[in-house]
Amino acid sequence: MSETIFYIFAFIVAASALGVVANHNAVASALSFFVCLCGISVLFAMLDAYLLAFLLILVYAGAVVALFLFIIMLLDMHGGDRPPFGKMTIVSGVIAGTLLVLGVVTFLARGQFSTDALALARQAPSLFTDLKFYGVKLFTSYMLPVQLVGFLLLTGMLGVIVISKKQDEEGKKAEGLKD
Amino acid sequence: MTIGLYHYIALAVILFAIGFLGVLLRKNTLVIYMCLELMLVAATLALVAFSRYNGAIEGNVFVFFILTVAAAEVAVGLAIVVALFRKRGTVDVAKLNALKN
Repeated sequence: MSETIFYIFAFIVAASALGVVANHNAVASALSFFVCLCGISVLFAMLDAYLLAFLLILVYAGAVVALFLFIIMLLDMHGGDRPPFGKMTIVSGVIAGTLLVLGVVTFLARGQFSTDALALARQAPSLFTDLKFYGVKLFTSYMLPVQLVGFLLLTGMLGVIVISKKQDEEGKKAEGLKD
Repeated sequence: MTIGLYHYIALAVILFAIGFLGVLLRKNTLVIYMCLELMLVAATLALVAFSRYNGAIEGNVFVFFILTVAAAEVAVGLAIVVALFRKRGTVDVAKLNALKN
């Protein structure tokens, strides 16, 4: 049963990821990205990471995709229409992608995964579905990263404000010169 | 055959390769950005799968941080895209060649 669900959602995720790349319209790409994120969140739930599945929907599908759609609307490019890919572009892109996949496949094939141990670990119920474990980890072992990430968010917020504000001032100056 | 770690890793690699392909092929900055996000999500999928099959929570905690950093990155990146559009009037990377030569 869980195999069928995995294959269905793996197919949905891969197909919608291809949709992000191949769609002619940027809005359609963003919506394919949304479908892809929903599929991945189902896979997270299958891996017993319920909190992360929920957060992925909340942060990515809720905030990031909405932000993308908002920016597409703001730039007023009507989704844009991509020109057809050049032959050389496709050939080189596919070669690069294949090399990437081959590299990881060789890495995995040469790796020393003990498949029996992995299967046993999967049989055991996950200990980490409880939120308590995340809280304990975040506020003991990962206290410094949490603070750093908070600082990063602050820096990002200031950066965004500065970038948009500078443009406004330049706009005003340009208008002033016109007057 | 039950679903093992390899299935999830294979899917993560395929997703990452598709995102990589998108970055190489597409000309629209916003779509390139979406493909970058796709690559980040593929990495998180691999982390969660490794974490689940090793019985350790560290991978899941890392995904937390990746989500936070990705949110900050999207905010700053899209602000840059908007600033670029205001300045140059396009988001097509083929036309943004001011540094060429």
